[in-house]
Amino acid sequence: MTICSTSFSRRTFVTGGIVAFAGTALSTPALALTTAQAERLIQSVVADINKVINSGRSENAMIREFAGIFERYGDVERIARFTLGADARAASAGQIRAYNKAFSGYISRKYGRRFREFIGGEITVKSAKSVKSFFEVRAEALLSGERPFDVTFRVNDNGLFADMLIEGISLARTEKTEIGALLDRRNGNLDQLTRDLSSL
Amino acid sequence: MRIARILKNTVLRCFALCAIGALAACSVPQTPVEIHDPFEKTNRKIHGFNKSVDRALFRPVSNGYGTIVPQPVRTGVGNFAANLSLPSQFVNTLLQGDIDGAARNFFRFAMNTTLGLGGLLDPATEAGLEQERADFGETLATWGAPEGAYIELPLLGASTQRETIGKVVDLVTNPLSYDLESPENLVPPVAGGLARLGDRYTFSGVIDQVLYESADSYAQARSIYLQRRRFELGTPVASPESTTEDTYDDLFN
Repeated sequence: MTICSTSFSRRTFVTGGIVAFAGTALSTPALALTTAQAERLIQSVVADINKVINSGRSENAMIREFAGIFERYGDVERIARFTLGADARAASAGQIRAYNKAFSGYISRKYGRRFREFIGGEITVKSAKSVKSFFEVRAEALLSGERPFDVTFRVNDNGLFADMLIEGISLARTEKTEIGALLDRRNGNLDQLTRDLSSL
Repeated sequence: MRIARILKNTVLRCFALCAIGALAACSVPQTPVEIHDPFEKTNRKIHGFNKSVDRALFRPVSNGYGTIVPQPVRTGVGNFAANLSLPSQFVNTLLQGDIDGAARNFFRFAMNTTLGLGGLLDPATEAGLEQERADFGETLATWGAPEGAYIELPLLGASTQRETIGKVVDLVTNPLSYDLESPENLVPPVAGGLARLGDRYTFSGVIDQVLYESADSYAQARSIYLQRRRFELGTPVASPESTTEDTYDDLFN
């Protein structure tokens, strides 16, 4: 496939710069992110992903790496609270903390497995803009023998992405539906769900 | 020329039918909600049926197809089926006022049918003529028809009222569904069916996860379908009217 590589050459990623930047963003959350910074951040996410999918390592090793990327760059706590929705209000702080931890492991494993489908492919950041209260960074995934598809990250001021959309399908919304159904099955018992998440 | 006649017939039939389609779609009452599913009870029954058909038939057959038929052949079949849908896509891009997309689809069809050996190959994409996907459901959306209620169709799967009307209109107006002689007219449906098997195989990871691993496969399939379709059509997802704390915007800052 030669369609995209001509018009969009991948920008070089400077590891040192990104690490330094991520450190600053995390330690001073009051400092507002700029669109360029959000774009650089996702470029480092994408560079990490590309490194893994072309590393030729075993599938399980890759899934672990993806889980690590998700935990490092994802606003997992924010996503966790969103997935609980109204049920979060009745829960104690301790329950929420336990749930967040279980959710983080669950989501990293689940999407780590998803990324496996990108093996041998390439993701390229295409554009970034500020939308309402977040930054939207669009990327394109090119897998061998398939049409390129859209991967969009929505980045918060804290320098973490709170949603990732593949062809418009939002990870956060999808997981909210899933967690809602899992809770219903357990008659709304959050502690039970927290326990069960570790095996899902 | 045969191609020209096919395209002309398509335009004529489409114009005759599109007015009816638009009216029917507009009769659906619609308030901007994220998920409008008044037929959920029936939909869930159909979902159960579709799932059992998938488990017993579609999934095993697609696995067999994917295992036996090598990937280049499957890609060729997929290309062939996609090429057959181009006349209808051409008309829809026109109806949407997308002249650039219509031109691309026109030349794609011409190029892939000739140089691409009847559509088995896709030289047009390599030449930079990317497909502008268009269907009558999208045309209706462009014209302002509301999405209508969510419905799950038997065998065909997730849809909405507007998309269902679009599907019917596309089927009736597609010249390849009435303009061919007796044995030839089996080619488009067979190619389409094989292409669907190929897709089921290619995306089996995601599809299996939604259907067999999620806690509520109906709700999950509905959510994913609506998100994906609205993304394709460029419609922003309406926020639910309730101002409770758990809206999507709370994910951000």
